[in-house]
Amino acid sequence: MDGFAKYLVRRLFQFFLVIFLGVSLAFVITKLSPVDPVEQSVSLMTNFGATDPRAVELMREALQELYGLKGSMIEQYLGFWGRVLQGDFGPSLSSFPTPVMSLIVSALPWTVGLLTLALIITWTLGNLLGALAGYYRNNTLLKLSGAAIMALHPVPAYIIGLVLLLAFGFIWPVLPISGGAQMNLQPAFSFDYIRSLILHGTLPALTLVLVGIGSWFISMRSLVSNIVTDDHVVYAELGGVSSSKIFSQYVARNALLPQLTGLALSLGNVFGGAVITEFLFNYPGVGRLLIQGIYRGDYSLVLGVTTMSIVAVAVAVFIIDLIYPLIDPRVRHG
Amino acid sequence: MFKILRDLLRYNREFAIGFVLTLGIFLFALAHFWAPMPDSAIYLLPPDMPPSAQYWFGTTSRGQDVLWQMSSAIWNTMLFGITVTILSRLLAVAVGMISGYLGGKWDEALMTLNDTMIALPNIPILLLVYFVMRDSMSWPVLAATAALLGWNYDARLIRSVTLSLRTREFTRHAVFAGMSVPQILIRQHLPYVMPVIFFTAMNNLIWAIGLEVTLSVLGFSDINRPTIGGMIYWANQHQAIIAGIWWWIAFPIVAIVLLFLGLFLLAISVNEYIDPRSRLSRMGV
Repeated sequence: MDGFAKYLVRRLFQFFLVIFLGVSLAFVITKLSPVDPVEQSVSLMTNFGATDPRAVELMREALQELYGLKGSMIEQYLGFWGRVLQGDFGPSLSSFPTPVMSLIVSALPWTVGLLTLALIITWTLGNLLGALAGYYRNNTLLKLSGAAIMALHPVPAYIIGLVLLLAFGFIWPVLPISGGAQMNLQPAFSFDYIRSLILHGTLPALTLVLVGIGSWFISMRSLVSNIVTDDHVVYAELGGVSSSKIFSQYVARNALLPQLTGLALSLGNVFGGAVITEFLFNYPGVGRLLIQGIYRGDYSLVLGVTTMSIVAVAVAVFIIDLIYPLIDPRVRHG
Repeated sequence: MFKILRDLLRYNREFAIGFVLTLGIFLFALAHFWAPMPDSAIYLLPPDMPPSAQYWFGTTSRGQDVLWQMSSAIWNTMLFGITVTILSRLLAVAVGMISGYLGGKWDEALMTLNDTMIALPNIPILLLVYFVMRDSMSWPVLAATAALLGWNYDARLIRSVTLSLRTREFTRHAVFAGMSVPQILIRQHLPYVMPVIFFTAMNNLIWAIGLEVTLSVLGFSDINRPTIGGMIYWANQHQAIIAGIWWWIAFPIVAIVLLFLGLFLLAISVNEYIDPRSRLSRMGV
């Protein structure tokens, strides 16, 4: 238990450090700006006609209050932390007066659902194919699928998504290309609604799977082809252990450990891909919220989504770190 | 150097394909220096012309020649990628080698920072940087930001190489001969780290170009400077797909996919060349 406790303390420290540095970074970035967010919002709002100068002055005051831009730098920094901890980023300007936080909360299940599903499929399929390709190295079918997966691997999410969108939305229009579910359906546990959810999620999820699968495939294949030459595998082969047992118990299980670490490390990137994919398919998640916030110049929304996504990714990484000892006995008993 | 190149071209099919693709695209991008019109000019040509003998890849709704736009666009995109790669290599090498060689407290501090940076989601941070910079966002600022976010994986890799070099005999000789730490790192260790730097540079280049495409597709860069993503951004702005101007979007996509494929093939075959184990398994030993 001692080894596990030590592991836990270290992971917990890392977890808090990521959040601390990430939130501080978000604060520093907003301070580096040559543009004053208050002036920007004021000009955005006064665009629609002449406004009384006194009203503008009041608006300026209110916005400074709202954005937490009053007082010295340290006061602002501490105030920012207060907002993050309370989860209160003020009302969104583009959909006034809805609070930013409730926008995020209503968008979050979409992103979490899409990402979790896509990530599980990607990780399982990529590792399985990679392990098989590393173990049965002369199989033509595996070689071909490997070549296809690797050719897709370097292409950015937007391009893959765009090609899928063109293919299944315009050239052969069989799948919906926009939104999270059919507009006229009420969210319910009905067959129609769930069917519509799945159909709408197919293309975004497929994009994320195609983008992500390559790196798992490549690293798993090279891990497995290294383990195959290890002494314990050779010994098992000589001892007459069946090849399927060698594959699952002797090879794949060992190779999965670094892949789980890799899963935790890749979450930040995967989230980035999801942001782009959601925007492309108009999927009602956090990523679309962020990009819409940028287009509309909504300061509190952009800052809120960025900060919360840093925290959310850190939490997800921490959860994976907690699963790790269940699979690696060395950490458990260390 | 030339002998290695010749052998790779002759015996490694992936390298040969990757080399030809990348070289072809590079030459195509180079051609923009001889373009008949400035790449920023709009409404210079009849808009929406399909591909023809006069306009090979057609013209855009903004009256630009798709062929010459693409030439400049690929050049600018590659320039961005290479800038990010060079900057982030400097960071990765500095952090990785110092961390690996000095060890102890330095190592712990630098690697904790490293692991923390890895866990931060890049895209939201880059989007926030764009959002606060707005019109003062130029491509060098974007490149510097991307470089600051793109060094961590490779710093760890370089650290592990330096870690093993530190215990080697020649390092001890160098210490006893009175060489300073920077001297040892640069004159003794750097040559061994070079292959790793080169390999990670290829992957980083692919990542950086992908980032540039992603951001400029959304319009989050200098939209008046032609880039591959920027072309798709303008095509989307003009509803090119719905209007049936497929050539405006299809050719940039094909170009970017070919470029990625070429670079990726180069990256994996160079990695194979550097790592002898995979060469052995290729020979079937």
